[in-house]
Amino acid sequence: MLRLPSFTYRQPRTLNELFAMKADAGPDASYVAGGTDLYPNMKRRQQEPRTVISLMGIRELRGTESGERGAVPLGACLTLTALHTNPHIREGYSAVAMAAGLVSTPLLRNMGTLGGNLCLDTRCNYYDQTYEWRKAIDFCMKKDGHICWVAPSSPRCWAVTSSDLAPVMVALGADFLLAGPAGERVVPAARFYHNDGINYLTKQPDEVLVEVRLPPAASPASDWDAVYHKLRRRGSFDFPVLGVAAWVRWERSTVADARVVLGGVASHPQEVPEAAAVLRGQTLSTEAIAAAADAAYRPAKPMDNTDFDLSWRKQMTRVYVTRALTELARRRNTTT
Amino acid sequence: MRVRARKLAPALPLIKITVIPMHDSKTTIALEVNEEPVEVAFAPHKTLLEVLREDLGLTGTKHGCELGECGTCTVLLDGTPVLSCLVLGLACAGRRVKTVEGMADRGTLHPLQEAFAELGAAQCGYCTPAFLLASEALLAANASPSRDVIKDALAGNLCRCTGYIKIYEAVELAAARMRGEDASPAAESLYGYE
Amino acid sequence: MGTSKKTATERRPSELRVVGRALRKVDATSKVTGATRFADDLFLPRMLYAKLLRSPHPHARIVSIDPSAARSLPGVKAVLTGPDLPIPFGILPVSQDEHALALDKVRFVGDPVAAVAATTEEIATQALDLIRVEYEPLRAFPNAIDAVEHADPAIHDYADAGNIHKLIDLEFGDVDAGFRDADLVREDLFFFEGNTHLPMEQHAAAADWSPPPGGRLTVWSSTQTPHYVHRALAKVLELSPARIRVIACPNGGGFGGKSDPFSHEIVVAKLAMVTGRPIKITLTREEVFYCHRGRHPTLMWVKTGVKQDGAITGMHFKSLLDGGGYGSYGVASTYYTGALQTVTYPVPRYKFQGARAFTNKPPCGPKRGHGTPQPRFALEVHIDKLAEQLRMDPADLRLKHLVPPHSVTANWLRIGTMGLGRCIEKVVSGSDWKRRFKQLPHGQGIGLACSSYITGAGLPIYWNAMPHSGVQLKCDRGGGVTVFCGSTEIGQGSDSILAMIVAEVLGLDPAHIAVVTGDTDLTPVDLGSYSSRVTLMTGNAAIQAAERARDLIAPHVARKLEVPEGRLAFADGRVFDVEQPEHGLGFAEAVHLAEAAEGTVGTVGSYTPPRSPGRYRGAGVGPSPAYSYSACVALVDVDPATGIVRVPKIWIAHDVGRVINAASVMGQIEGSVYMGLGEALMEEMAYRGNRKVVHKIPSLLEYKSPTTLEMCDVVTYVVEDPDPNGPFGAKECGQGPLLPVPPAVANAVYDAVGVRIDEVPITPEKVFKALRRKEKGEEPRFGPTHFPDIPWPEPTRVPPPWEGGDGGAVEGGKGRQRAAEAARP
Repeated sequence: MLRLPSFTYRQPRTLNELFAMKADAGPDASYVAGGTDLYPNMKRRQQEPRTVISLMGIRELRGTESGERGAVPLGACLTLTALHTNPHIREGYSAVAMAAGLVSTPLLRNMGTLGGNLCLDTRCNYYDQTYEWRKAIDFCMKKDGHICWVAPSSPRCWAVTSSDLAPVMVALGADFLLAGPAGERVVPAARFYHNDGINYLTKQPDEVLVEVRLPPAASPASDWDAVYHKLRRRGSFDFPVLGVAAWVRWERSTVADARVVLGGVASHPQEVPEAAAVLRGQTLSTEAIAAAADAAYRPAKPMDNTDFDLSWRKQMTRVYVTRALTELARRRNTTT
Repeated sequence: MRVRARKLAPALPLIKITVIPMHDSKTTIALEVNEEPVEVAFAPHKTLLEVLREDLGLTGTKHGCELGECGTCTVLLDGTPVLSCLVLGLACAGRRVKTVEGMADRGTLHPLQEAFAELGAAQCGYCTPAFLLASEALLAANASPSRDVIKDALAGNLCRCTGYIKIYEAVELAAARMRGEDASPAAESLYGYE
Repeated sequence: MGTSKKTATERRPSELRVVGRALRKVDATSKVTGATRFADDLFLPRMLYAKLLRSPHPHARIVSIDPSAARSLPGVKAVLTGPDLPIPFGILPVSQDEHALALDKVRFVGDPVAAVAATTEEIATQALDLIRVEYEPLRAFPNAIDAVEHADPAIHDYADAGNIHKLIDLEFGDVDAGFRDADLVREDLFFFEGNTHLPMEQHAAAADWSPPPGGRLTVWSSTQTPHYVHRALAKVLELSPARIRVIACPNGGGFGGKSDPFSHEIVVAKLAMVTGRPIKITLTREEVFYCHRGRHPTLMWVKTGVKQDGAITGMHFKSLLDGGGYGSYGVASTYYTGALQTVTYPVPRYKFQGARAFTNKPPCGPKRGHGTPQPRFALEVHIDKLAEQLRMDPADLRLKHLVPPHSVTANWLRIGTMGLGRCIEKVVSGSDWKRRFKQLPHGQGIGLACSSYITGAGLPIYWNAMPHSGVQLKCDRGGGVTVFCGSTEIGQGSDSILAMIVAEVLGLDPAHIAVVTGDTDLTPVDLGSYSSRVTLMTGNAAIQAAERARDLIAPHVARKLEVPEGRLAFADGRVFDVEQPEHGLGFAEAVHLAEAAEGTVGTVGSYTPPRSPGRYRGAGVGPSPAYSYSACVALVDVDPATGIVRVPKIWIAHDVGRVINAASVMGQIEGSVYMGLGEALMEEMAYRGNRKVVHKIPSLLEYKSPTTLEMCDVVTYVVEDPDPNGPFGAKECGQGPLLPVPPAVANAVYDAVGVRIDEVPITPEKVFKALRRKEKGEEPRFGPTHFPDIPWPEPTRVPPPWEGGDGGAVEGGKGRQRAAEAARP
């Protein structure tokens, strides 16, 4: 059977302990939460940390949403099941609960965490392979090699973001609280990601994602809504080959502001400002939705590194953006 | 047939993979397995799957990929179904593990085991322990799951033999019996439609 | 029950006490408690672990191998390379083209090159990377068309032509005359992509060697064919078979994927001999994809002439199979793509041309339906198109033209019972076909297809005149009976069939029957769990053994009870006088009487299939003691915006002859529908053309096996049309019901959105493209457009029975059967 390589396992109880252990272990150390991303990668020798430091025992990372009305913090080590089933999240942030419930399988969601999904390694079917397989293609630049097989003349890696929650967080305008040895900082979700398959996070290696701060739930003062649509082969197990997170702020029946964010088409969650621009000041009419879908379709550049044919995936951008926006329109019509 | 001589390819570079020390020093942990306290020593990189099968002799837990892509290694950890191939053994210290070997009670099969046997929901039997445990967790949370709820709960477990249908029927049959109903399999489950 | 001298098939259902019921399988309890020991569950004292180094090249010459660094790694006990096991092997006598470890050449990415034995699996894995192999890469062939078009460099030094492994050309009557007689002639091209078995259990094998002078080798393996593994081990290891014991562990799923002797089985045996320690190898999921032997990617061309009423006047069928790097069962697979076209609807004149190419991919072989799901897909979609052109309901067309029971086909297959008509009627009425076909709203559709499959191959894989299946029976003084049989339990329930049949004949409770199977030291040969042969062949052997036990016991009971032997009945654990049922004794007591008089009470039974009437070269593939029949209706939802197809419901009716264990029959039918659905919609073996023909997705995540959320509802109808050749009339049910599912789905997609997807799997991309073509006014179809030129040989011409043939080929020696060997592939 496929086994993990040998490593040292550490289980800190506090953030301070964590940073001390990380400093002690040096650059060959990785953090692990649910283990559903790191351990398969380690078994395939895509990642080979000498030390693995578990985040699951750290109280600061396990906080749930408190009762406060302001920004709602979600601990990074909440499991995806907890996120999916929490009644407050389902009520106030249905797109978050929905996206969490669409990750992989029920078993994996019992282990995988919010932070883990947001920091999910970018994926590519030249990269998510065993050591022996990658050796057969002479490796790729993301690990052990020099070339990106998806675009051999490219200087960069094109591995694709495959998180379901990341596009939702960007669309919602969530903030991420990071902690490191030098202290804490808050970054907007959109600035947490880089469009590069290797350096896909702006997080420093020793920093840890502590919590996600969601905007206040929708209210008469801040009348917003969001949805998430996911495209994949099967209803379970599969990563998104396309994720569409759509957020709108309503003024009566008009879109005051909007964000459309695509997952699975680039190395980072790709915001499509052109689509949002088309929607601002409009009702979500069929025509406005079609124009926004067209705007989202044009910049989407899926590469040949996931399931399905890439030209079909690009075509589906239009369909899925249309469906996401149509759902928002329908929800508006049923709530007003 | 003759083959033209071709340029020799350079030997592939030898990439050093993490060296595994010969005697990976073992660590001992205490945990509860199938309602019994257990102490077990194993190399720190071993997963719960490997510890159960190789260090505790509980081979009822199977594996189909070791990457979290099939659900075959499902066990209950503190009552929650998880993929034992992706749980580190060391992370289980002080925790409660249940495997298929712990389902029968004093020689009496669990109602799920009974129903799986009765309906032929176990064909080759390889994925069966995982389905039984995932189903047990489902019924602990929901005594009367609908067919759709069962499908959702078992969507992380692959079976290549049954097409899942006998499994759904077995879960429904066991659920009914666990609710105290005097249930038996439908005739069309066992013999088909007229 | 009973001593009644009726044969098992002649018994009426009312006379049966065990057969036909839904009983718990004999291994049900051990499977639900996790007690069943699969091969990887074996842990032997001092056991070593083995790993295989596999080729990173699709096609290359091995220039040198240096295992010295690996050998010196602490913990490594042995390293083997090709020259350590130089004798070739292979499942078919005609293609002994595999080596346990590549000798001088590798033929696909994943071809085993070297093997390591070490104290831990971790060390063995680490040692693989220390073996230095220098390769000289050769041009690789990514698909069959490329291999047909280029003979050089040859993948093997044997082939019918260039890189074409096998060429077949069979002609049964003058098809051109048939086309001239037709009112309508239609040609179509189809492609069936390759897919794999994907058993949940990864292959594993363990070996133990007791050193000389005793010198006995024991190999445990997840194999469906312990007898063939036994033979291959003896051959490659140059050991007397008498010193080798092969134990087939219960298989965690097989589906045909564990039917070849494999490199890892031979290697682990050799390593046990070299190291003197027990050793185990368990393949990773990726390696299971490299073992493969799954469905051949198959390109097909079919031309059929029909009369206005749908009667077929002639059919010409061509297939091109992509075989991968080795022969495996491929020659048989190639024949199978042409064998069963004739057993459902009468085909008076038939021509078949088949070719199998070698390519640089994992070898293809037998997957559930072995070589027949591909042509069945082509034929059933083709007939749907013909029906539309004839303005006939496709169900009516089929019902009108069914092969008559107890007849012989154009290619000399002898049909027994034939329940297809009843199957079609069941699914048509159950699905409300008449009110749905062509009448559902756009995006919803319904489609129908039928099929047939063999109940065991008529001939063994290697030529011999011995039985295909043997059973030994031992009656214990306690009243228990032990059945010994070489058959292999792969989840299909074969152990239970033995227990139920013996229980039926001897009138015992099946719980009193112990079953010992799949062990070459303990059990008489059964050829293995393949070709849907086990129920029929072991069942008939078990009936014979049990009837002999009954005949051995009965005279002693008759003497004791002072009644004529003919009046005795064996039932309810007793032997008694049918005229005074209370006058009798317990079975154990009956055994005591027999044992006291005769000595140990043991009997044997065996089974050899009837001889097929075909006498031509190639007539060995297709004959079977009995043919099962299935009909299927699929309901689909097609999203016209995306091309995504969902299948909410399938109705399936299967003619199983006679049910032995009802619960097992249902499970086999539902499981076949599942696997057929996966093949129809999403499963495919995909390779990278640009990077060395690597398998694109060798994982359970990316090879798409349907989950609970994709599986459809299934309405199953079990049709019983007992066949005189089957035990109690039973025919197969484990493979046949898969076959009609892909074409039924394809036909339903056409009904839903008016596009023909002439290619499996029916993926959203293909439907989407076809819909775009339809919008643009182009041909609303996705599928192949070209069948390459193939250097077909001179045809073997065999007149069909109604043209006065004798089952042999005409024109002297060409293709004419040579005495003992020609009927084989």
